[in-house]
Amino acid sequence: MLSYLMRRVLLAIPVLIGIVLVVFLLLRAIPGDPCTAMLGERATEEACERFNEANGLDEPVIVQLGIYMKNVVTFDLGESVRFSRPVNQLLIERLPLTTELALTALAIAVLVGVPLGVLAARRHNTFVDTGTMALANIGVSMPVFWLGLMLAYVFALVLKDTPFALPPSGRLSAGLSSVPYYEAWGWQLTEGSFWSKFHEYIGNHYIFNNLITGNWEVFWDAVKHMILPAVALATIPLSIIARITRSALLEVMSKDYIRTARAKGVSEWSVVRSHAFRNALLPVVTIVGLQLGALLGGAVLTETVFNLGGVGRALFDAITGRDYAVVQGFTVVVAGVYVIVNLLVDLSYAYLDPRIRLE
Amino acid sequence: MSKLSRHEAMEKLVAESSTDQLFEKPLGQWRLALRRFRGRKSGMVGLFLIASLILVAVFAPLIAPYDPNEDLIGEQDVRRYQEPCIHLLGCDRDQPQHLMGIDGNVRDYFSRIVYGSRVSLQLGFFTVTLALVVGSAIGAVSGYLGGWFDNIVMRFMDVILGFPALLLAIAIVAVLGPGLRNALIAIAIVTLPGYARVMRAQVLAIKESDYVAASQALGASPMQILVRRVVPNAMTPLVVLATLGIATAILEAAGLSFLGLGAQPPLAEWGSMLADYRNQVFTAPHLVFYPGLAIMITVLGFNLMGDGLRDALDPTLNR
Repeated sequence: MLSYLMRRVLLAIPVLIGIVLVVFLLLRAIPGDPCTAMLGERATEEACERFNEANGLDEPVIVQLGIYMKNVVTFDLGESVRFSRPVNQLLIERLPLTTELALTALAIAVLVGVPLGVLAARRHNTFVDTGTMALANIGVSMPVFWLGLMLAYVFALVLKDTPFALPPSGRLSAGLSSVPYYEAWGWQLTEGSFWSKFHEYIGNHYIFNNLITGNWEVFWDAVKHMILPAVALATIPLSIIARITRSALLEVMSKDYIRTARAKGVSEWSVVRSHAFRNALLPVVTIVGLQLGALLGGAVLTETVFNLGGVGRALFDAITGRDYAVVQGFTVVVAGVYVIVNLLVDLSYAYLDPRIRLE
Repeated sequence: MSKLSRHEAMEKLVAESSTDQLFEKPLGQWRLALRRFRGRKSGMVGLFLIASLILVAVFAPLIAPYDPNEDLIGEQDVRRYQEPCIHLLGCDRDQPQHLMGIDGNVRDYFSRIVYGSRVSLQLGFFTVTLALVVGSAIGAVSGYLGGWFDNIVMRFMDVILGFPALLLAIAIVAVLGPGLRNALIAIAIVTLPGYARVMRAQVLAIKESDYVAASQALGASPMQILVRRVVPNAMTPLVVLATLGIATAILEAAGLSFLGLGAQPPLAEWGSMLADYRNQVFTAPHLVFYPGLAIMITVLGFNLMGDGLRDALDPTLNR
């Protein structure tokens, strides 16, 4: 087991390095330089030189790469040219939103998708099966941004004065603010220390923060703001998960050991739950892991539609605005999360399927 | 049933069947697949959707009542963002008919949607063709040569797959500059590893087979073996992947256009049309609704057809 784990971790490292390298080179290939992007087309040459020097952009590319690699390893992600602030600080402010959005979407996708898939498989070749799969097909075909706008239209305008009304943009309603738990509980944190940054990061998860501090008004408001973006983002993964669950379960249900279990007189519920479901989980877990990348990509579109200042939107702005440090830092974090999730998926295989563990 | 001896039964069979039937060629792989495909309702729905879309795209000038870029101001009594006016649904007959309303530049929205089908279909086909050709070439060469070359190429494919697809596409478009052609190239690059992997796996499997060994013994060159033996066998999974790939390509291209990186105005492209009026969603929802619906129907068509093809081409799935 340990050697399996080690092998998986070691295999992830070259991919991670490759990603950092590709991002670095891609950025240097973007036509135009960050100086004119930041200071405007009419920036003088001296102004540009000073700018490049201040941001380390006057060094040869290979030196820049070396410095950058060293900084990534020490978690020093540099400073945003555009916001004049450390990338780490931007991450502390923006990553929690995207994390909450992606996790809520993933939760919706799994909690609705898996039962739908099971239902379709149990009612194979009936109206329920056909209907569910038709819906799933429509679900994977919908552009996230369109669904988001349509949801906003229905829930913020058509249902405006009903109890089902939901806000179409932002994280919190005007006039509300989220008080971080460490302030609410009167903790004394040293300004600028690692732990103060850490608590600031955790506290920026509005839903989680107001849940633990018991600030129900803000909590409920944050949840309401999260519902539409999360539903829009969840639709495609949900449909894919439902389809995979269905086909995996159908595959397993035709196996001999299912017939044996039935012949032993095991109840149908028990057959599905403990004999079929666990064996059908493997492809489902794979697809859930793979969906994370799609969620992060979809987050760019969802955050644009719902005016949310998360990582996705920030990354898009940084790429188009040539904010090198932000693109590099954010991409490393996003790709790192992606690689780690894939690693966890691989490890869960070992848990679900002893044959892999013993290999 | 009367008892017949084996001999009698045999004679009866021969008598009843014409010689044509006896010597009929067995159905080929593709004929069989076609027969199976016809039996799949969802595949046929997909085929119908795509066929209709292709007809709409080809006959766009006949279907669209106006030029997609024609400014109707001064010609008709219409205003910006005007709601759809459909005579059949009770719109005043004195009013000019606009099935999907009027956009922000006083153009007939229905005509723009109709012409948009040309852009999306072409984009889907070209993107996938590019990814398919380059990807499978890489996969074939990599699998055939093996060794360190194969290792490096495949690790590079892993790196591409290590990014969320849309983010990498955004980055590539940022390098190449916004525009439909560059969006096409970007999407082709991010989807390329899928084709490369499938092709490589097929090459590895087929390379060891007896009939390739036989071809080699007969003096066939590696190129001949690749083209004559390996490629035809790898076609099945690639065709399925490509059909589903068109759906993904159209969806991703629409996303890039929505972010302002794909099609540029005044081109009638669904994603950018949606982006143009996203701030009008509360005042003129029809301008957001129709392009999205068009994207969804197109993508749905390719997804359904891809699924139908997979079921038809892979007999092992038929239970």
